[in-house]
Amino acid sequence: MKASVIVFPGSNCDRDVKISLEKFGIKTSMVWHADAKLPKSDLVVLPGGFSYGDYLRCGSIASKSRIMKEVTAHSKKGGLVMGICNGFQVLVESQLLPGVLIRNINLKFICKNITVKVTNNKTNFTSKTSRNSILEIPIAHNEGNYFANKDLINELEDNNQIVLQYCDAAGNINEQSNPNGSIKNIAGIINKKGNVFGLMPHPERAADELLGGIDGSLIFKSLK
Amino acid sequence: MQKVNQELAIKHGLTAEEYNKIIKLMGRNPNLVELGIFSAMWNEHCSYKSSRIWLQTLPTKNKYVIQGPGENAGVVDFGDGDVVIFKIESHNHPSYIEPYQGAATGVGGILRDVFTMGARPVANLNSIRFGSPNHEKTKYLLNGVVSGIGGYGNCIGVPTVGGETEFDECYNGNILVNAMNIGVAKKNKVFYSIASGVGNPVVYVGSKTGRDGIHGATMASAEFDEDSESKKPTVQVGDPFTEKLLLEACLELMQKKSIVSIQDMGAAGLTSSSIEMASKGDLGIKINLNLIPCRENNMTPYEIMLSESQERMLIVLKKGKEKEARKIFEKWGLDFAIIGQLTNSKKLELEFNKKNVCSIPIHSLGDNAPKYKRDFITYSYPKIINHDSDIEKLDIKNSLIKILSHHNYSNKAWVWEQYDHMVMTDTIQKPGGDSAVVRYHGKNKGIAATVDCVPRYCKAHPKSGAMQAVCETWRNLISVGAQPIAITNCLNFGNPKKKEIMGQFVDSINGMKEACEALNYPVISGNVSLYNETNGVAIYPTPTIGGVGLLKNINNMMTFNFKNTENVIAVIGETSGHLSQSALIYDVLGDKKGPPPQINLKEEKKNGLFVSDLIKGKLVNAVHDISHGGIIVTLAEMCMASNIGAKIKVSGSNSDKIKYLFSEDQARYLIEISKKNLEKIKKIANTKDIKIDIIGKTQSEIFEVENDLKVSVKELKTKNESWFKNYNKN
Amino acid sequence: MKLQVIVTLKKDVLDPQGSAIKSSLSNMGFKNIESLRQGKTFEIIVKEKDEKVALSKAKDMCEKLLANLTIEDYSVKAIKE
Repeated sequence: MKASVIVFPGSNCDRDVKISLEKFGIKTSMVWHADAKLPKSDLVVLPGGFSYGDYLRCGSIASKSRIMKEVTAHSKKGGLVMGICNGFQVLVESQLLPGVLIRNINLKFICKNITVKVTNNKTNFTSKTSRNSILEIPIAHNEGNYFANKDLINELEDNNQIVLQYCDAAGNINEQSNPNGSIKNIAGIINKKGNVFGLMPHPERAADELLGGIDGSLIFKSLK
Repeated sequence: MQKVNQELAIKHGLTAEEYNKIIKLMGRNPNLVELGIFSAMWNEHCSYKSSRIWLQTLPTKNKYVIQGPGENAGVVDFGDGDVVIFKIESHNHPSYIEPYQGAATGVGGILRDVFTMGARPVANLNSIRFGSPNHEKTKYLLNGVVSGIGGYGNCIGVPTVGGETEFDECYNGNILVNAMNIGVAKKNKVFYSIASGVGNPVVYVGSKTGRDGIHGATMASAEFDEDSESKKPTVQVGDPFTEKLLLEACLELMQKKSIVSIQDMGAAGLTSSSIEMASKGDLGIKINLNLIPCRENNMTPYEIMLSESQERMLIVLKKGKEKEARKIFEKWGLDFAIIGQLTNSKKLELEFNKKNVCSIPIHSLGDNAPKYKRDFITYSYPKIINHDSDIEKLDIKNSLIKILSHHNYSNKAWVWEQYDHMVMTDTIQKPGGDSAVVRYHGKNKGIAATVDCVPRYCKAHPKSGAMQAVCETWRNLISVGAQPIAITNCLNFGNPKKKEIMGQFVDSINGMKEACEALNYPVISGNVSLYNETNGVAIYPTPTIGGVGLLKNINNMMTFNFKNTENVIAVIGETSGHLSQSALIYDVLGDKKGPPPQINLKEEKKNGLFVSDLIKGKLVNAVHDISHGGIIVTLAEMCMASNIGAKIKVSGSNSDKIKYLFSEDQARYLIEISKKNLEKIKKIANTKDIKIDIIGKTQSEIFEVENDLKVSVKELKTKNESWFKNYNKN
Repeated sequence: MKLQVIVTLKKDVLDPQGSAIKSSLSNMGFKNIESLRQGKTFEIIVKEKDEKVALSKAKDMCEKLLANLTIEDYSVKAIKE
């Protein structure tokens, strides 16, 4: 499998995600946002960070980058796309994923290990996990509050597009285990076709024993 | 044009004598631009005029030190051609005026000091001190500073991995924001600021210049009074996004062979950077101010030279490399302008609108800046106080809970969860431990780092307090299995023109000197912040120490959470029962009198090396340095971090027990030992003449002092985690 | 031509910043605030003499970048100097 990691001005987690991808045998190229063409890729990753300083709205300016035309074309052809944290924000701004990510409900940046439940383990990104399994993966964001209106939520549920939901250590999806106010504790979703995945937690930060956990590796293993 | 005379000079923060010295050095009266430049270079922040002669007495070398004080940051050898570059700096006065931007630009400034030397920044730490929680401004300042540090550090993608947060009423009018940064580089690719090569082009890169912070360096050297509110416009506004671009562009350029020297534009902006680079190389520099990228219209030469707009660097390139460099900066969307060249005039020469507006002999600004030996007093060690009558009726459980739920000893996750401490995926030990540990990227070794100071120890006896700060960082590095290498210091004091304050400074330097020499743990960089006073009331002397250590093998890192039940708990080091200035006496009983604990440098070294050997020999399971609150609080912290309880026994009268449990004697550690290793450890301790006290064992869930207290670890955690949550509720 | 663009949150979208600001004002003594919503304004100077054309350009800017139409509304107007 070949992956392209898009680097926007202000992306911070590009190197981190490259390390994880290569750890699991996925050949990775770094692609500058202003490039006209994507190298031949099976997977495109939009990494975490603060593209364009989060100016205007998180991910808004990055979503208008030249390379995003190619990323959109790649996704329309059925290619895999994964957006992590700021990458997820770019995907919703690009309308490759529905909904919007707004400011955390307690208005503070939050960096900590949280637990998510795998609501849909039949996706290209979670196939190596078991249904309802609990993954411990860190979050680090100020605008991770997923919002969608009633109709969209129903649609997401009907089409099994909700992939990860914040839960407590025992797997209960409730207010106490919701770190940012996301509707339905949504932490990650896919598009209808199932080839575009956006998630707020950082799996590349949970793929190394020394860093405290390896639950994130299941996502990279599923990608292969 | 304003008339330049002594009155104007005094308005600029210079003394009459200093103004006369300027006239002598110039051979004539300075014009306004020249006066502005002198005032910026000769204020305390840039010239260190009150502190220089004392700083020069500090030890600055050991076998690891490649570059000591005098550069943008210090450099130490980490083996295999790898170096670690670090420094700590203050941004106190701006943070009091505008906490978010003050703290943010403090982080930005120290980051530039590190990457200007060719290092990729890999860790931020900070030491922040606020007034009493009840003071009307504290909540606003706390929230602003923490948001600002997070806002800048998170955006630029460098993890903030450690620090200290403290409240004391002495900081009511003057908060402290000390920011530290650590970066990594290759030994043969470190960049210095010494300029060379007459005719080499001088290049400006980064953000455009505006009117931000003009005379910021002057503000840093002044006390606050009622007029400080109106100083708001002089605070700089940071742009971490631009700094990220600047960082990547500079590191990319540094891969080529085109840079002769490079310096960031920090305090006093273009003025200090151009002067420092040229004077270090014993050269002159000529700049055409019309070529400076400005973001405001009609900026005058005075404004351009004194602007403290952020995110700008000054580079001397090799002739012919301009095109290659420009391409890189334009790719990253940054301004790039060739603004002048190096000359052999040994002067700072500025041109504006085809006229010469400044001509100053370069050495008069830096090397010939005033150097003062101000009057000072020396503090003797205060009389020992017997606290027996205060403590004989104290309840042990109550006292413990009071300390654990106190604002200074509460769990600080509310603070550090606002900092991204995981980005770059190399954080091996997160905030909350004795030291932060960051893996040296791509290698098997680690960088351990900590910042410490106990200001009330320093107020009680400055020399002991400063020694203690150095020792505590040393112990904190040892506790995670690292070998302490060197320190950086941020010396925060009041008005040096007062003998009592200058005395605190001199005694602190002497204390630091002794500790650094005894431990072979020198100073490689640092910063001085003076005039931290409001309406004549000074802060406690606060010499913040940032310590860095080498962890040769990250798999041997130690942590302080208990690993198992039924393990032995032991105290390493002598407990003599010193309570003055302790959390119990100072915070719980409100008694501020008495001396700080004595420092015995021989004991520190002996006990530290012993613990270090135990960790290397894999003979211990957990190690925690004993500091605030004494044995009982240290033990509680080990339990709360692991959810494993403990049962210990103490003997004697209630006063004896309290002294044993809460005293803050130095040079001590708490360790967890598996039963099978106990005898071996006792033997080694015996041969090395180390005091070891077996005080109990670990057990599940319950924290117990036999006959005196029994409480669940869960309850301790609840009490310990409540303060910050409740303080910020509304 | 100077244009003013105002971007506001749609009615049903949660505004945690607006709520926090409202609480702060209330604590400062400004009671009787029924609601407070935070928005953004953009001041744009375009080289365009025809007001209709300028407004149409501004609308386009909103649709394409300045407003996230999923959660935001916008209004544009010309400012007479």
